[in-house]
Amino acid sequence: MAEAKKYNAPVTNPETAPFWEAAKSGKFMIKRCTACGEPHYFPRSICPFCFSDKTVWEEASGEGTIYTYSLMRKSPTGPYAIAYVTLKEGPSVQTNIVDCDLTSLKIGQKVKVVFKPTDGAPLPFFTVA
Amino acid sequence: MTIKGKAYVAGIYEHPTRHAPDKSTAQLHAEVAKGALEDAGLTKDDIDGYFLAGDAPGGLWPMCDYLGLNSKKLRHIDSTETGGCSYLIHLGHAAEAIAAGKCSVALVTLAGKPRTGAMPPRAAGAEADFEQAYGATTHNAYGMCAMRHMHDYGTTSEQLAWIKVAASHHAQYNPHAMLKDVVTVEDVLNSPMISDPLHRMDCCVVSDGGGAMIVTTPEIAKSLKKPLVRLIGHGEAMKGPRGGKDLDLTYSAGVWSGPRAFEEAGVTPKDIKYASIYDSFTITVLMQLEDLGFCKKGEGGKFVADGNLISGVGKLPFNTDGGGLCSNHPVNRGGMTKILEAVRQLRGEAHPKVQVKNCDIAIAHGTGGLLGVRHAASTCILERV
Repeated sequence: MAEAKKYNAPVTNPETAPFWEAAKSGKFMIKRCTACGEPHYFPRSICPFCFSDKTVWEEASGEGTIYTYSLMRKSPTGPYAIAYVTLKEGPSVQTNIVDCDLTSLKIGQKVKVVFKPTDGAPLPFFTVA
Repeated sequence: MTIKGKAYVAGIYEHPTRHAPDKSTAQLHAEVAKGALEDAGLTKDDIDGYFLAGDAPGGLWPMCDYLGLNSKKLRHIDSTETGGCSYLIHLGHAAEAIAAGKCSVALVTLAGKPRTGAMPPRAAGAEADFEQAYGATTHNAYGMCAMRHMHDYGTTSEQLAWIKVAASHHAQYNPHAMLKDVVTVEDVLNSPMISDPLHRMDCCVVSDGGGAMIVTTPEIAKSLKKPLVRLIGHGEAMKGPRGGKDLDLTYSAGVWSGPRAFEEAGVTPKDIKYASIYDSFTITVLMQLEDLGFCKKGEGGKFVADGNLISGVGKLPFNTDGGGLCSNHPVNRGGMTKILEAVRQLRGEAHPKVQVKNCDIAIAHGTGGLLGVRHAASTCILERV
């Protein structure tokens, strides 16, 4: 096995900084609109559904299921599994499935969030639950 | 207000090169512009509208200057950038501009050299921090669509392979095609897996090159010598995860662009004699055929199987130039060549072995961006007059 893959630190900006601050303490945050009640990801200050600015941060369970995935075999850094995970709270998020047997992944499989370090805030990934 | 019949594609040109280490990107744009003007029987000084996308080096400022477009005449410019389908959108926008009297001879160019030079990076969007690390590429983003389509509808790799097989049957007659060998379903399935479930032969080629077209008024088109081909319907649309709610990667923005174009044209999929369908990957074609209404959602696999897309064999001849899967995919953008082959078919200028008989109505459709992430779609319906 090669050394752990290095990831670039998120650039962050004023709108998303709370997400990355929470990530440093292992919390996976989503945004919820208090006007229409819908959660969304990635986080915006204005709700992408009802366009209200009454959005609040909410810690997600970090649990979800694989909506779809593809094992990318042509990569200079080795194979990786890109995926969309549908969170227990509702939104689907783009991610990589990591730290498990990538050749036996299944749509519908339960996964949970794991954070990987960067030179800045850690990045969220998912692994088999 | 409609663009139906208000604009004609009067000049087309596809660069014969697939590998251009000895040319610049701007030069390729100039060469395809020159080719399209010559095909139309017009000159550079006739151009009063110019449309380009992200492949044109530097955008409109340097390109208008480099080409030497006549500043006193040029009165309409558009740099709509939606990846591979930009040129389909340009055709629609050119028709709108012509219908509104904003220009009368519009040039649209595409060119570049991904085989012999680095591609310029795409500017980051608001999602960058939340996606870039995961390594979405064309291969795996479309792989994710195919994986879910198979899960939801039982689509198989064999069915996807038929799309490549059909393209290869057409490419054997195109002297400029990169891949001229006819392949079988087994050949596709035996090619290396790139990103599950897409094999190498499910993927389009990477090629240098380009293409251009001249879009003009009915009056000017009728004064020229080429067979008359006009735009009768156009649609465009965008799709993305939109906050991650109800994600469904088994359909594309074609479900919106297609009906808009058909409604404007006043025709249905049954009226289409020839279809240019963007074929970045086999799954792209299958999903687009469903989204455009050539078959029901989920039945694309059955629809494309057994040679149904092969000219002279099946019910819906598609990509008779060999398409992106076999002929070329200039600058990793297939929208322009989709229009060019549709115009050839309507003019009766396709290769005799693949020319569709009595081809009076054709569709050119494409997507741009990543089908599995966020993308645009555009549909053009063209008619022989």
